[in-house]
Amino acid sequence: MPSLALRPMDEITLTHLQRLEAESIHILREVVASAENPVMLYSVGKDSACMLHLAKKAFYPAPPPFPLLHVDTTWKFRAMYDLREKAAREAGMDLIVYQNPEALAQGINPFDHGGLHTDMWKTEGLKQALTKYNFDVAFGGARRDEEKSRAKERVFSFRSANHRWDPKNQRPELWKLYNTRKAKGESIRVFPLSNWTELDIWQYIHLEGIEIVPLYFSAPRPTVIRNGLMLMVDDHRFPLEPGETPVMRSIRFRTLGCYPLTGAVESEAKTLPQVIQEMLLSTTSERQGRAIDHDQSASMEKKKQEGYF
Amino acid sequence: MPAAKDPVAQDLMTQDPIYVTDALIAEDIDAYLTAHQHKTMLRFITCGSVDDGKSTLIGRLLYDTKMIFEDQLAALEKDSKAVGTQGAEIDFALLVDGLAAEREQGITIDVAYRFFATEKRKFIVADTPGHEQYTRNMVTGASTADLAVILIDARQGVLTQTRRHSYLVNLLGIRNVVLAINKMDLVGYSQERFYEIVKDYSHFASQIGITAFTAIPISGLKGDNIASRSAAMPWYQGPTLLTHLEDAPVNLSRLQDAPLRMPVQWVNRPNLDFRGFAGQIGSGVVRPGDTIRVLPSGRTTTVKSIVTYDGDLAVAVAGQSVTLTFADEVDCSRGDVIVAADAPCEVADQFEATLVWMDEHEMLPGRPYLLKIGTQVVTATVTEPKYEVNVNTLEHLAARTMQLNAIGVVNISTDRAIPFEAYAQNPDLGGFILIDRISNATIAAGLIHFALRRGQNIHWQAVDINRDAHAAQKGQKPVVVWFTGLSGSGKSTIANLVEKKLHALGRHTFLLDGDNVRHGLNRDLGFTDADRVENIRRVGEVARLMTDAGLIVLTAFISPFRSERRMVRDLMAPGEFIEVYVNTPLEVAEARDVKGLYKKARAGKLKNFTGIDSPYEAPEAAEIVVDTVTLSPESAAEQIVASLLAR
Repeated sequence: MPSLALRPMDEITLTHLQRLEAESIHILREVVASAENPVMLYSVGKDSACMLHLAKKAFYPAPPPFPLLHVDTTWKFRAMYDLREKAAREAGMDLIVYQNPEALAQGINPFDHGGLHTDMWKTEGLKQALTKYNFDVAFGGARRDEEKSRAKERVFSFRSANHRWDPKNQRPELWKLYNTRKAKGESIRVFPLSNWTELDIWQYIHLEGIEIVPLYFSAPRPTVIRNGLMLMVDDHRFPLEPGETPVMRSIRFRTLGCYPLTGAVESEAKTLPQVIQEMLLSTTSERQGRAIDHDQSASMEKKKQEGYF
Repeated sequence: MPAAKDPVAQDLMTQDPIYVTDALIAEDIDAYLTAHQHKTMLRFITCGSVDDGKSTLIGRLLYDTKMIFEDQLAALEKDSKAVGTQGAEIDFALLVDGLAAEREQGITIDVAYRFFATEKRKFIVADTPGHEQYTRNMVTGASTADLAVILIDARQGVLTQTRRHSYLVNLLGIRNVVLAINKMDLVGYSQERFYEIVKDYSHFASQIGITAFTAIPISGLKGDNIASRSAAMPWYQGPTLLTHLEDAPVNLSRLQDAPLRMPVQWVNRPNLDFRGFAGQIGSGVVRPGDTIRVLPSGRTTTVKSIVTYDGDLAVAVAGQSVTLTFADEVDCSRGDVIVAADAPCEVADQFEATLVWMDEHEMLPGRPYLLKIGTQVVTATVTEPKYEVNVNTLEHLAARTMQLNAIGVVNISTDRAIPFEAYAQNPDLGGFILIDRISNATIAAGLIHFALRRGQNIHWQAVDINRDAHAAQKGQKPVVVWFTGLSGSGKSTIANLVEKKLHALGRHTFLLDGDNVRHGLNRDLGFTDADRVENIRRVGEVARLMTDAGLIVLTAFISPFRSERRMVRDLMAPGEFIEVYVNTPLEVAEARDVKGLYKKARAGKLKNFTGIDSPYEAPEAAEIVVDTVTLSPESAAEQIVASLLAR
């Protein structure tokens, strides 16, 4: 496995990944040095895996001095739940799993409730969890290259006491001087991966040998096609329509969320280099596999103002 | 090849991007990845106004380096038809104008970061707007840039905004400047026009200290000299924009040659056996065995190890985040700076600096702000500007304060000495931000020029009869009783009664009255916000000297701002500041109008009158609150004395 570790030389040029890594570590440490009760949002996806790995590096030999929080919707892929427990244990960190009790009681699901599913489980669930545990800073794995409104978001992004984002009133961020002060009740979302791109993430996972959910690699899986998305029938809760039978296809996922909302791509990429190869040769952007962004061009910006990560 | 009709949109949909991606991707991905592991990274800023075609240029860079996917292109096409400015053609600007509000207004109002990569490098572009009112954003974007691309519309030539952008780029210490002369297609790709603009710009650049720049004739819309050499301009022999970006030096290599500087971010103590100092190396190189010094304490030790998750390192350089352990138990905490023992940086508490004001509220000389530099936060006050710079004409203007987007040179004093370097030498230890203590907003960016000798040469004179001795002789505990409230609330009347009662009890007191002080000590001050701050600062210092003399000090000042009352509180020893809020509603005070001032203020004859056209910020946690609507001055005074005696 190639390593990022430096060998002694006369003149040392840091590669782009070494610089990104150093910047992320700096951000993680600034938070820990200034926050009262930080938490890392952990979604079990590849970006979360990367962020968790960086946290291990930032505080080594200590374990990362904050817990992981998974805002669960009960509708994630089973493989994600498996890796979640293992990753937290290996990092020596506490794992908090939060499920919005109202969504649970009402049986909110992506098949019957459409947009309400994301609103209640994710947006509301996240707000509830942050309020319940009194977290003042939450790390998130969002990247600026994901989407246009993200391109303008700060690394330290402030939320009012009711978790709203005001894009017109962001603090200027100069050099690497992050202003971490906030009033009582306010919280900060911090994005250590702001300057990483999808390719950077994949390359880093490859170089560092970071464990990710196997769903990112191609395998024969049961699928149905609905509304142009190729969905995986991950468990018995998937309501098949009359005449619909799952078809085994060789698929993988470029991004992971709730399984009924996440589109797969047909692929033969079984190794990381093959995944990266496919990505580089691909002609569609990463979030295309997510149903959530398609409503309208500015949908992500609206969701964020309402408190979605 | 002059511009005839414009088939850009069709071209883009059918053509392959000009910057062909590496064939290795398809043929041998492992070889490709190995090659790309060694990519470097360059951060740059693009400066130009909407009309210069900046967004189009960035859109073009993203497109030519294959950063735009089919689905994005489809969305872009749809948006172009709905709100684009290019008719039926693709409006590249829409790719980069991120926020919905911005798209509606057709302007970029914030800093956006874009990413693209070539075979050699990853690039981060700070895309910032060019309007004058967004100086704040441009400075933000420039603060992390290795290089700046200054756009000029070939039809317009060097404009006022070109000067402003160049001034800011130079101020922020960017040494690699590219003059991108855009829209060459609209001037018939004229060589004469290009050289005319280059000549104009050289003349101006030398005036502001830009000694070198690279001029490239381009067309963002057509793609000339962006990723590929322009067939329309055979007379231009220099690099394309992308080639130049790929070969430009990054700041980190320069910083590696400077002496070691590492601001300590966090002390890592997982157990009793390990104590490491975590931080990102700002400049220089460190190896185990190196002798280092911890500033500001000045203690020295040697580096025992450079600890990382990937194993101990034999060497670490500027830009890396590491954890150092020392050979000895030396005090070192967050905010300290680890430096090369034989080449330490200076430590001082007074500086000359350039400030860029970034807040809607004006700068108030004398008001305490928080200053963050490196990993340290201290309290700092700013003097009146020595001058403000008109960024359009470069003139120096006299100024008493600074407004949003103003740039000025000030003196700054901090409440304790901090390690620093001149910004031009090391932005890591010379760049700082100012933070408002109440709103927590980032209100200014600053660049240190040098330390003021004054601060270094005035030391505290130790005296034998100290404050305890003074207090003991008088048999009392010194304290400041600070009355605040609207004009006409009864501060002076009540303070006067309190002093009489304390005097009768044999206490040594002194009453500092607002009106009286303004006849002498502060007679040079008016009633602007800035002067009110200075008024209170001086009174606070006098009150402190009086507590040193063992006195019970009573003060009666409107003192309308929380920040200044807090500043005075911070000057005093803990427990020696008692805030008394003389609570009188505005209607009541105005109805009383003992001195006829409200009447004058309402008639517009008295400006900046508290409660009328200048704000009063009521205390949130005063030690004593008296309600003058229900209490007579006499009973208010009794309540206060009783409360003081109980302490």
